[in-house]
Amino acid sequence: MKRLGLLGWLLVAVLSMGAAADPSERLANPALEARAKALFPQIRCMVCQNESIDDSQADLAADLRKIVREKVAAGRSDSEVRTYLVQRYGEYVMLKPACSLTNAALWVTPFAIVFLGLFAFFGLKRSSLVQGQETALTLEEQALLTKLRAVEGE
Amino acid sequence: MIVEIGAFCLILSLILSVAQVGLSVFGRIRRSAVFYGAGEGAAGAAFLMVLIAFAALMYAFVTSDFSVANVAANSHSAKPLLYKVAGVWGSHEGSMLLWCLALTGFGAIVALMARGLPAAMKSVVVASQGSLGVLFLAYTVFASNPFVRLLQPPVEGRSLNPLLQDPALAFHPPFLYGGYVGFSIVFSFAIAALVEGRVDAAWARWVRPWSLAAWSLLTVGITLGAFWAYYELGWGGWWFWDPVENASFMPWLIGTALLHSAVVTEKRGALSGWTVFLALGAFTFSMLGAFLVRSGVLTSVHAFAVDPKRGILLLTILGLAAGAGFGLFAWRAPKLAPGGLFAPISREGALVINNLVLSAATVTVLLGTLYPLIKEALTGQSLSVGTPYFNLTFAPLMSLAFLVLPVGPLLSWKRGDGLGALQRLWAAAGVAVAIALLVVWVQKPTHVAAAVGMGLGVWLIVGVFVEIAERIHLGRASSAEVRRRLGGLPRGAWGMSLAHAGLGVFALGACFETAWKIEAAQALSINQSITVGAYQVRLSDVVAANGPNYIAERGLVTVTKNAKPVCEAKPERRFYPANSQTTSEVALCLEGLDDVYLVMGERRAGSEGQPAWLVRAYWNPLARLIFLGPLLMALGGAVSLSDRRLRFAAPRRAVEGSGRPVPAQ
Repeated sequence: MKRLGLLGWLLVAVLSMGAAADPSERLANPALEARAKALFPQIRCMVCQNESIDDSQADLAADLRKIVREKVAAGRSDSEVRTYLVQRYGEYVMLKPACSLTNAALWVTPFAIVFLGLFAFFGLKRSSLVQGQETALTLEEQALLTKLRAVEGE
Repeated sequence: MIVEIGAFCLILSLILSVAQVGLSVFGRIRRSAVFYGAGEGAAGAAFLMVLIAFAALMYAFVTSDFSVANVAANSHSAKPLLYKVAGVWGSHEGSMLLWCLALTGFGAIVALMARGLPAAMKSVVVASQGSLGVLFLAYTVFASNPFVRLLQPPVEGRSLNPLLQDPALAFHPPFLYGGYVGFSIVFSFAIAALVEGRVDAAWARWVRPWSLAAWSLLTVGITLGAFWAYYELGWGGWWFWDPVENASFMPWLIGTALLHSAVVTEKRGALSGWTVFLALGAFTFSMLGAFLVRSGVLTSVHAFAVDPKRGILLLTILGLAAGAGFGLFAWRAPKLAPGGLFAPISREGALVINNLVLSAATVTVLLGTLYPLIKEALTGQSLSVGTPYFNLTFAPLMSLAFLVLPVGPLLSWKRGDGLGALQRLWAAAGVAVAIALLVVWVQKPTHVAAAVGMGLGVWLIVGVFVEIAERIHLGRASSAEVRRRLGGLPRGAWGMSLAHAGLGVFALGACFETAWKIEAAQALSINQSITVGAYQVRLSDVVAANGPNYIAERGLVTVTKNAKPVCEAKPERRFYPANSQTTSEVALCLEGLDDVYLVMGERRAGSEGQPAWLVRAYWNPLARLIFLGPLLMALGGAVSLSDRRLRFAAPRRAVEGSGRPVPAQ
């Protein structure tokens, strides 16, 4: 029953996808409109404070949306649209920094930390901690343990 | 007059903080109880003075005293009382005063109420907290004094940014600052541990309630902020990876890591150096956040009025405090006693992985925030690091953490049975994979990431139930025994379960909402309607609705589903003449956990020349889970905090108690 409910939701979601923002800007062809719409969140509204053109209501964002829609309608591929924007406005316009060698530090560091960390943790642990190497209990600890066991046994 | 009293008290609190440091340090050197007490008294007095200063500023705002520069710049006589009060911390100067209030307040609580703490260690905590107080109070007094008077007071104030005139935003700074500054106490405890050369279970037990409290407050603050963004900015987004959001998120991530590593230090005496490191790191990130938000080095939706001079001063404070802390760490940490040993597959091991991922996640957020600056400084090229970057880096890292999370609590300390834990989790894994496959099957492969995210959310939630079932021996013991065990579960365990389940709830909501939200927009004349998802949205009427400091057009919108009414919503488009700014007041129709989100747009000419309004409607499925999840996490923190073992005076009582013979039953 719960799954049927979920299924219903999802079906509703699928059927009504593609309704986009301001109707006066929209492209008539829903497939092209969907492609343009997918590009918007990747493009920065450059006069705004850290907003994509998908979110922003600034005039420049509307202009950029128009450019993207025109290019998409003219049959350009997504990457051609991106290249065009970068050539015209610089790398700043893309919210996703290019996966280039100069940005390697940006893209690699997060994963490098985890991999090096895991390697160090499991690698070093294995060599330094042989099973059963722990020191024996001191007399005091032994006494405390006996006492605790006695209490628990009650 | 009252404003001058406030200014005077603020200066007095700076002097008292200097005294607090001097007396406590001198007391520590001489080991003199008199000086200890004097230092603690100074801490209490410093707090009292900041409190009076804060009340004086609030008085100036409430009475609209525009001869005070800060009030003139941020208030307006026609503003509702709530926002006059909230205006106190709505500006840079006022929010620094709130910061100082929290800093001295927490210091006073430790100084006056933490009775079980060893005297020498306590004096170092008080001294360290006092030093932070001196830095921030001096900054407030000399560089951002909220009590500066104007020579020629204006007749009317310039008012608070209307976007900020909202209940969620009015209340979120106190929570946020409570969180940021709450970590200052943890910082001071770390300093004390390094000075005294002692990091043990007792120390960790002192640190845990403070980090829990700070973390819970920060969680609530961030959630309120996200909720505000969700309904106030008008397009239903709730997280933008904006520098200011990142600034609050980094201390949260480090604080989360700290909570977990402090458990290891408390229970097993291990990872002590690392816990101290994180304790220093959490407040350092809080200070870094303050610097990033206020210096104007980064552009952001939420940036305060920025001033490079203040930026440099804040950077200096950050350098001094963090430099001293980490310098001390480099010098003293090698002398800390190493803790208990443990195998890689153990509770400790799982918590190490948690810490590793959370640290990597923090570095990711830091790098994403600062990389544009670094790149521009090095190459002169400007670039943007936005949401797509974080989706590709932060999200996979967190997925790894989510994957490991339910296993951790099922492992025993020292050496765990990894295979056994996984066997116990087969049901959770089964449900999670089924949900993820179902989502992929229904949606085709277009939303694989969302499917994985939802699977992980379910994995976390079911994992929590599995863990509780294990603890109470469900199915293995008699029902009376199960009930006894259920009743005997410590609050700390409930807190952990709530927090972990909250994370799962959040993951479910976030993935669902992001992948399946639907939007529709149309210029509607009266009685026209649009469809969004399964809902019909009809614009019944548009009326004028003027408030105390704005004029507005209010849409009367009827939302129906299958011809059955769901709600009557009243979205507004407001114009604030004092700021000549237009905002949209979103209307939310809550149905189940979904939101129908309605925004009134500009007026346009309709198809036959009749007036029409651009109405945007969004169906945000399960959106409320996004905010419910973090609130569950914060509630988990609060429940843990109420655990008797973590109460402030508890450690001493526990020690006393253990010496007594246990009466026979």
